Amino acid sequence: MADISAITIIGDFMARSFGRDAVPVDEDIFESGFTNSLFAMQLVDFVERRFGVQVDAEDLQIDNFRTVARVAALVERKAVRAA
Amino acid sequence: MVLLEDFRAEREELRVFAEREIAPHAQRIDREERIPGEVIAALRAAGVFASGFPEACGGTAGADPVADAVRHGLLHEALGAASASVQGLVNVHHMGGSPIVRWGTREQKDRWLPHLTSGSMMAAIAITEPNVGSQAGAVEARAVRDGAGYVINGTKCWITCGQSADLFVLVTGSDAGPTAFILPRETAGLTIEPIRGLLGCRGYMLAKLHLDGCRLPAEQLLGQPGFGVSHVASAGLDAGRYNLAWGCVGLAQACLDASVDYARTRRQFNAPIADFQLVQRMITGMATDIHAARLMCWHAGVMRGRRDPAAVKEGAMAKYSASRMVKRVADDALQIHGANGCGPDYPLERHYRDARIMEIIEGTSQILEGVIARYVYQEAGQEAGQEAGR
Ligand SMILES: Cc1cc2nc3c(=O)[nH]c(=O)nc-3n(C[C@H](O)[C@H](O)[C@H](O)COP(=O)(O)OP(=O)(O)OC[C@H]3O[C@@H](n4cnc5c(N)ncnc54)[C@H](O)[C@@H]3O)c2cc1C
Repeated sequence: MADISAITIIGDFMARSFGRDAVPVDEDIFESGFTNSLFAMQLVDFVERRFGVQVDAEDLQIDNFRTVARVAALVERKAVRAA
Repeated sequence: MVLLEDFRAEREELRVFAEREIAPHAQRIDREERIPGEVIAALRAAGVFASGFPEACGGTAGADPVADAVRHGLLHEALGAASASVQGLVNVHHMGGSPIVRWGTREQKDRWLPHLTSGSMMAAIAITEPNVGSQAGAVEARAVRDGAGYVINGTKCWITCGQSADLFVLVTGSDAGPTAFILPRETAGLTIEPIRGLLGCRGYMLAKLHLDGCRLPAEQLLGQPGFGVSHVASAGLDAGRYNLAWGCVGLAQACLDASVDYARTRRQFNAPIADFQLVQRMITGMATDIHAARLMCWHAGVMRGRRDPAAVKEGAMAKYSASRMVKRVADDALQIHGANGCGPDYPLERHYRDARIMEIIEGTSQILEGVIARYVYQEAGQEAGQEAGR
């Protein structure tokens, strides 16, 4: 499980973006139909800026972006590598 | 805070450069539907093709990203004032290079970006097809995995600088969804068919690209399969909207400058037409609208430089607003010029035709209306609703 604060921050960002009170950590955002092409790049920009990591071409896998928990795990992996 | 006033000297320098090296060729570019080698050489010598690219790969964007983004915009303003066609060439070069900067592998960056920033190679971006325009995710060109690479078949059309570019960021469909590639011009199976006789922006050197069994090694894949539009092409389109918004401001300013000169010298009813209030109303509307658009562009530049997540929205709004603005301004400028505005001795008819293109490229106004509305809903904390292009 990724860092709890990353989960909270990413969850808050998604909830704000989707106009919802909360997004459960394991909810598949592609299946629930909330994500769109604008949000895709916004999420990458947000994660890079907020956590100081760099999302690369190799990270472009749907599974990395499917849920709040998966995005937080990606951030954690990238942060460890950058450290 | 970076203010536009801080760039007065650089703006003047850019204006002088564009007026000296580009403007004298603008009518010929329009007439002959091509940008002459001497203009491209002047752009290269001035380092124009490096603008907007990171310093690490030979570009100009370095220690002060906000100032760099604004400076890059001011370059497009100056180019747009001198020749919309030349602004288009520099724009698509940056649109083609930006996805490589953002999503290229180390090897791809090392291989292509130094050539792009030096201007020894020119880039373009190929998304649109005969049957697919706004709905980029539905492109029909197909990339099929074949051993260590891909085989690509399909047709692209309305590709700016298709006649001249050395490499294309190409978007195709694949089993995984939209997929982007770096397509060198010399690829076997690629044939290029010029498109001529456009309404405006006639120096865009448009072409159709026919891809007939083009083989690309996997190293030419840009990003990952399935991410070709949402992430890869969108990096190019985002850059393009920002550049084009500034280009529209420049073109509109050229219309206003010509109108002021004309209104002061053209006399009717024993007075310069500049004295007539109905002409003044047009001049006032033009100047105010240009000022507003320029401020939006500046703000979009500041947000881009800060890598603010709202920068994409700001760029979309600036492009939407500036492209509609330049259409109105060119229309009023032509009106002020009367018959002379319609004739070959003044640049107004060219400006008028060029201005009309701006609402169609880099996202039509209707598509941007959908995009911007979704941002507005998002910010209002409402459900953004279903996305048409999903
Ligand atoms: C001068 C020029 C240069 C160009 N350069 C390039 C280039 O370098 N690379 C490239 O890939 N393409 C290029 N294009 C193509 C350009 O990007 C497309 O023309 C543009 O995306 C619109 O597509 P379309 O023309 O097929 O119109 P369509 O998508 O068929 O749209 C036709 C009309 O329907 C409207 N419409 C479509 N969908 C919707 C919707 N969901 N809601 C409301 N209205 C809608 C549009 O706004 C438009 O008014 C260029 C075009 C021109 C004219």
